[in-house]
Amino acid sequence: MGYRLGIDVGGTNTDAVVLDEEHRVLAKAKTPVSRDVVSGIRAVVAEVLQKSGVDPAAVTHAMLGTTQVTNAIIERRGLAPVAILRLGAPATRAVGPLAAWPSDLREKVEGPSAILPGGVEYDGRPISAFDAEAVRRFVREALDQGFRAFAVTGVFSPVRNDDELHAAEIIEHEAGGEAVLSLSYEIGSVGLLERENAAVLNAAVSGVAARVTEAFRAALESLDVRAELFLSQNDGTLMSLDYARRYPILTVACGPTNSIRGAAFLSRRRDAVVVDVGGTSTDVGVLVSGFPRESAVAVEIGGVRTNFRMPDLISIGLGGGSRVRLEAGELRVGPESVGSAILEEAQVFGGRTLTMTDVVVARGMASLGDPKRVTAEAGLLEAAFRKAVAMVEEAVDRIKTSAAPVPVVAVGGGSILLPDRLEGASEIDRPEHYEVANAIGAAIAQVSGTVDRIFSLEQRSREAALSEARESAFAEAVRAGADPKTVEVIEVEEVPLAYLPGNAVRVKVKAAGRLRGVEVS
Amino acid sequence: MRWIHPEDLEALAVGAAILGTGGGGDPFIGKLMAQEAMRETGPVALIAPEELEDEALVLPTAMMGAPTVMIEKVPEGMEAYRALRAEERRLGRKADATSPIECGGVNSQIPFAIAARAGIPVVDGDGMGRAFPELQMETFHVYGVAGTPAVVADERGAVVTVETPDNFRLEWLARGVTIRMGGHAHLVDYPMSGRDFKRTAVRGTISMGLAIGRAIQEARLRGRHPVDAVLEATRDSIYGHGVRLFEGKVTDVERRTREGFAVGRALLRGLGPDQGSGLEIRFQNENLVALRDGEPVATVPDLISVLDSETGMAVTTERIRYGQRVTVIGIPTPEIMRSEAALRVWGPRAFGYDLPFVPLELRFRDQYRRWGVPRDKEHYLVA
Repeated sequence: MGYRLGIDVGGTNTDAVVLDEEHRVLAKAKTPVSRDVVSGIRAVVAEVLQKSGVDPAAVTHAMLGTTQVTNAIIERRGLAPVAILRLGAPATRAVGPLAAWPSDLREKVEGPSAILPGGVEYDGRPISAFDAEAVRRFVREALDQGFRAFAVTGVFSPVRNDDELHAAEIIEHEAGGEAVLSLSYEIGSVGLLERENAAVLNAAVSGVAARVTEAFRAALESLDVRAELFLSQNDGTLMSLDYARRYPILTVACGPTNSIRGAAFLSRRRDAVVVDVGGTSTDVGVLVSGFPRESAVAVEIGGVRTNFRMPDLISIGLGGGSRVRLEAGELRVGPESVGSAILEEAQVFGGRTLTMTDVVVARGMASLGDPKRVTAEAGLLEAAFRKAVAMVEEAVDRIKTSAAPVPVVAVGGGSILLPDRLEGASEIDRPEHYEVANAIGAAIAQVSGTVDRIFSLEQRSREAALSEARESAFAEAVRAGADPKTVEVIEVEEVPLAYLPGNAVRVKVKAAGRLRGVEVS
Repeated sequence: MRWIHPEDLEALAVGAAILGTGGGGDPFIGKLMAQEAMRETGPVALIAPEELEDEALVLPTAMMGAPTVMIEKVPEGMEAYRALRAEERRLGRKADATSPIECGGVNSQIPFAIAARAGIPVVDGDGMGRAFPELQMETFHVYGVAGTPAVVADERGAVVTVETPDNFRLEWLARGVTIRMGGHAHLVDYPMSGRDFKRTAVRGTISMGLAIGRAIQEARLRGRHPVDAVLEATRDSIYGHGVRLFEGKVTDVERRTREGFAVGRALLRGLGPDQGSGLEIRFQNENLVALRDGEPVATVPDLISVLDSETGMAVTTERIRYGQRVTVIGIPTPEIMRSEAALRVWGPRAFGYDLPFVPLELRFRDQYRRWGVPRDKEHYLVA
């Protein structure tokens, strides 16, 4: 018998679950995030192991979703300076690396940079010949100056990655295994500056990633858990710790993604809108074929535009801890929240702040604390409730792709706020274990592969291009650790290039499958 | 004459996206290009068309091709500069100024990058007063300026001079060259005298983009409604007061590709004052026609722009999608865009719609009587 551990370190709480081979939840626990993160993980894992009675040695897989990398970028903490190499000269010189970065982040991250020959056109033809000698000179100088983190970006590397790989070889050779390498084609999609930004951020957080993965391993070892370890990433799939150390940036939005995946699993739905209500905010995302829909626009992280895969989310400042107040005769709900201080500040717990939790307890929708302590009059409570519902309804409507009513799955500790009916929703699903959907999402994650390329249709048919993209995505998923027998294509997107006669098309394909070596019913 | 600094281009990018009427390419990269050039060489002079000598040589500059390619193969930065120099050699004299051919979208920014490199001013005027997809859709063309000799240049130093007997051939050949250059290229076309520029250009269009962008930035700082700010910012220009056409929610978007154009329509359901009504927007890269409950309320060449109801930022035809809360505005196009000859090139019929062009000032005459119109549009207010 093998068991799985799912752990999610969020903004407020660290959650954990133990699942058996049939993916049944044997135990779950929640604890406030500790300052050092690790002791929180250890505490909550110890609790679920004890509750479930599972022998730590019988845990075969442990999955962690963490916001540590995101926080490092937002707080500009623990970042490494990065040597930045761009391949595409003479093209791309008009805008240098890090051009639109906030200056405080740029100061921490910017190392030497160069724009050297290489890169290809949208149809794969070279722009200029790769200059190995120039790359070697750049790398040696950067190493001599003490830089160890490298980010490499080639023009249209999502179409052809030869030059990025060639540069990587040179860096590895020169650094003798001491360098941290971030190759853009493995991280982002078409859009050079955004992809380069993502590659640079990825290299900059390499130290953070090494510490997080080490701490994760140590925390579990101290509890005698010797499982295979994984981190969950933005698209709802897993990566090994080794892979996570190389591509830590891909964990940036795994929290909401895990909730969406967990909601899918718990509700047995493949297509739905997921509303995840926390203490401070509500994330609304879309489940398409069992995975979160990806954002189609550049997403900013710490003030930097990036284009790697991120879930399409609408976040609103509404949660269990949201403050409710009248200001100049106008009722306001959030975005301010008492956050993790809810047990001291909310009225039902004896505090003085009127929160959304007080509103739903007073309305009899949940039993927590003492409803008699809520001082606000019924009219105000009713108005606050209606306002909160309208906020969620608008977010649900904004994220849908058509007017047809869709099922809504409500998860997260704060989802007790939600009524049984919502405008635009065909039904509301409140699955069991909703409050730890994120940890469950981490525990049940699959592995995937994605291809995002521009294909010229001058020399081949559309069908040939599509099938090549499908095969590449399939191979990627297998390379990432998926069992080939379970891999399926879950997303195909085709966008013709505008303002050009129709001979080029951007194709995006994603495939995913179960982890090799995990038996599931 | 006034100086344009790198930070001014932030506002211009915001405003030019609205003048792009749903198309025109994202000004973001153009802005970064121009800012980097200006950081090396200093601010760029923006001059009014009236400041041009009659005998001055104006060489309009632009980027052409697929925005999807430009965001990946970022330009080298000297393409249009080389095109400009090649054109100067061809014509045997130096350029006195450059100008946009298109003030909506990315091409509002490109001339500033070139002007910084070449040390010449940008003239505050263009050939569209908005965005259009093709090179002959220019007032320069309508009023008899030859588009050629034109020069198309890429990042590797290739420079192609195009000479054609008419401007349609220019569009066709230059686009073919652009594909061979990797999907996007830079060009200099419609070389003309100061006299011709004053006669044929849509004037003050860069100022207009700047004013709209600043209005949004200030509205944000002061907690004012950005859409109102945009409408007001258009008032003291040759366009005239913008009009709120519809406030609603996007309920359906249909898109397909025809010969390299993104063709389709967006359906909106009314919210607030427009509750109970519907609006349909038809587009071909740019928004062309707006129909309220089946009746046209605005048509090309008047500007139809879709703004995010909350932020006032432009929503392009590539990005519009179900569920967005948007406010659709109309901005009356300048008179020079409305002559019979001009409407033959870009009136509703030129885009395949069997509709007459009815100016916004006529459709919303009561409102325009209250707001007032630019002097050359006063005839619309007479019953």
